[in-house]
Amino acid sequence: MTASGGETLLFWVLAPLMVLAASGLLVIRKAVHAAICVMFVMVGLAILYVAQEAPFLGVVQVVVYTGAVMMLFLFVLMLVGVDAADSLTETIRGQRWVGLLLGAGLAAVLLSVIGRATFRPAVGLEAENAVTNPVALARVLFEDYVVAMQVVGVLLVTAALAGLVLTHRRRLGPRVTQRTVARARVAALAEGRTLTPLPAPGVYAQNNAMDTPALGPDGQPLEHSVPRVLRIRGQERSATALLAAEETLVERRTGGRSELAELSRTAGTAGPPAPETPGGEEHR
Amino acid sequence: MIPGVVADFSQDGWITYLVKAVLILAFLLTSVLFAIWFERKVVARMQVRPGPNWHGPAGLLQSLADAMKLLLKEDMTVTRADKVIYLLAPMISVFCALLVFAVIPFGPNVTIPFTDYSTPAQLTDFPVAVLYILACAALGVYGIVLGGWSSGSTYPLLGSVRSTAQVISYELAMGLSLVSVFVMAGSMSTSSIVDSQTRIWWFLPLAPAFVVYIISMIGETNRLPFDLPEAEGELVSGYMTEYSSMKFAWFFLAEYINMLNVSAVATTLFLGGWRAPWPLSAVGDGVLNTGWWPILWFLAKLWLLMFVFVWVRGTLLRLRYDQFMSFGWKVLIPVALGWVVVLGTFQWLGLAGVTRTQLFVAIAVAAVVVFAVIWLWPDRKAPAARRARAEFDPFAGGYPVPPLPGQALPRSRRRGAAIPHQKVAQSVDHSEETR
Repeated sequence: MTASGGETLLFWVLAPLMVLAASGLLVIRKAVHAAICVMFVMVGLAILYVAQEAPFLGVVQVVVYTGAVMMLFLFVLMLVGVDAADSLTETIRGQRWVGLLLGAGLAAVLLSVIGRATFRPAVGLEAENAVTNPVALARVLFEDYVVAMQVVGVLLVTAALAGLVLTHRRRLGPRVTQRTVARARVAALAEGRTLTPLPAPGVYAQNNAMDTPALGPDGQPLEHSVPRVLRIRGQERSATALLAAEETLVERRTGGRSELAELSRTAGTAGPPAPETPGGEEHR
Repeated sequence: MIPGVVADFSQDGWITYLVKAVLILAFLLTSVLFAIWFERKVVARMQVRPGPNWHGPAGLLQSLADAMKLLLKEDMTVTRADKVIYLLAPMISVFCALLVFAVIPFGPNVTIPFTDYSTPAQLTDFPVAVLYILACAALGVYGIVLGGWSSGSTYPLLGSVRSTAQVISYELAMGLSLVSVFVMAGSMSTSSIVDSQTRIWWFLPLAPAFVVYIISMIGETNRLPFDLPEAEGELVSGYMTEYSSMKFAWFFLAEYINMLNVSAVATTLFLGGWRAPWPLSAVGDGVLNTGWWPILWFLAKLWLLMFVFVWVRGTLLRLRYDQFMSFGWKVLIPVALGWVVVLGTFQWLGLAGVTRTQLFVAIAVAAVVVFAVIWLWPDRKAPAARRARAEFDPFAGGYPVPPLPGQALPRSRRRGAAIPHQKVAQSVDHSEETR
């Protein structure tokens, strides 16, 4: 059975792109870009499988490899934050030359094998796929090779269990649940702690930064609304200084507003006063 | 004809495919516009307010106006963004979302009006169509993940990491719940699954799988109460934080198309697909199951599920992230796995020659035995007995507190002393005088 015209066209469009993406792995510096290249190659492979009348294999390739395995890789890459700053110095001396030599050997073997291979027309695909492709596959896997499947299953379960055991940590203290946290908070109420979450910082009309304390209902700044880290580093802005700055600003604004009003009387329109942020320079 | 597929696509040429594809695209885009209006309107009614009612009749053109606004907004690219992937991510999202409806059957064979041309109301179908849907969903997650990563900012990254974990875990439960439909229908092609529901829709015999699917489909589409990747109170808006204008609109579009997708899959696999509901299916020897009628039933079921989405959103609160993950892994997946095992046992017994009545009698006997055991099991000692022994601390935690159940007040020192009755009476009299 030979390939139809459409299939040939699909192959010749897809194959060069896949080769390009695969060789991109060698050149690309960013790990996430490389992961996307691998993803492209996987999806391309899946499309080729489907075109060659193995729809089950093609779809499972995407679900398992692209959807789960590659996604986990990407997950770890993103969390670890691998970027372009990877060191390119050789840790093992001469590994490049050894690698090149081995690669050339592999290429020679592959080329000689592929060069000598003869492609006879495939037979028996239609007979095999007569009961639909997934059913035919299921018969092969669960009738002819059922023992091998079971063994692989046992192996995978063992590996999963091993993973669980290796990453298992013994609990050192009692488990902190929502109930215990709530009880501890109510108990701490007697010591003058708050029951509710801490107030969010910075609710001034002109300043919404993390380092400015929020104002309480009495107009006084709430010191504990600024994150503790900033307070310890001494990076919080004094509320009184800010208030003073604000007051001068209000004065300037009211002064400016009368000028503006005069201007608008003459021009017929009122422009908005220019925004001014206290301490804006140092913040930027 | 493709082996293992009920729908017959042998007459379709490439023009038919093209027309169907364009129709599906138009259907999806208009449905999304309608869905946004529908959601806002229904949620508004649930919160006793009118909802959008300004643009067009009953506010129907509101989403069109919103779409125009998004189109004309400034398209910003964050400085720290990874430019290529930043652009690629929303494209992946929308593209994968659009792929799913290719295998959803809207109806059986329909005849084009004024011609003899008859074709299935479905773009295509193949023996692993439902797996293909899962594959598209799996690829669609890349849009969210890469979008969050490429923004080069903390909240989007956290949102995308959450989304990955969430979708991978809920896809497991979803796939396991679909397995029971495959077992009963004996096929993974959508048209064959609809065909297998001629007698009974699978949501009745496979009720546990249906419930698991409904829960996991909400988790899969990142909707409330499972919208942790874009939880406003915690992550601004998750992976979409740094997106604006058309790129944001694409994520938005993908989210709503994904809602339509999972609803359509639930309709096809559990709710009989395009089949007419029971009293109607008996009318005129099943005339309502032929021609163009089925499209109406399909759309009705689809929008019923969309209503469920909105209903759930209007009713439930967002879960805490760890509770949500442990619910997925410790409840949903074990239940789905257990159900597959139970179903497999039943199928095996059926193959071994056990009749259905024998099976039901056995189940009833087992249920009675379990119930009796639970009924007769001795009760544990009440925890109140333990608490009673605890000493009563009237100032526990620095506050005057009442005794807990089982605790007794200490004997009062004034107990037994005569209450000066006369004084009380006098004081009452005194107060009346002053009044």
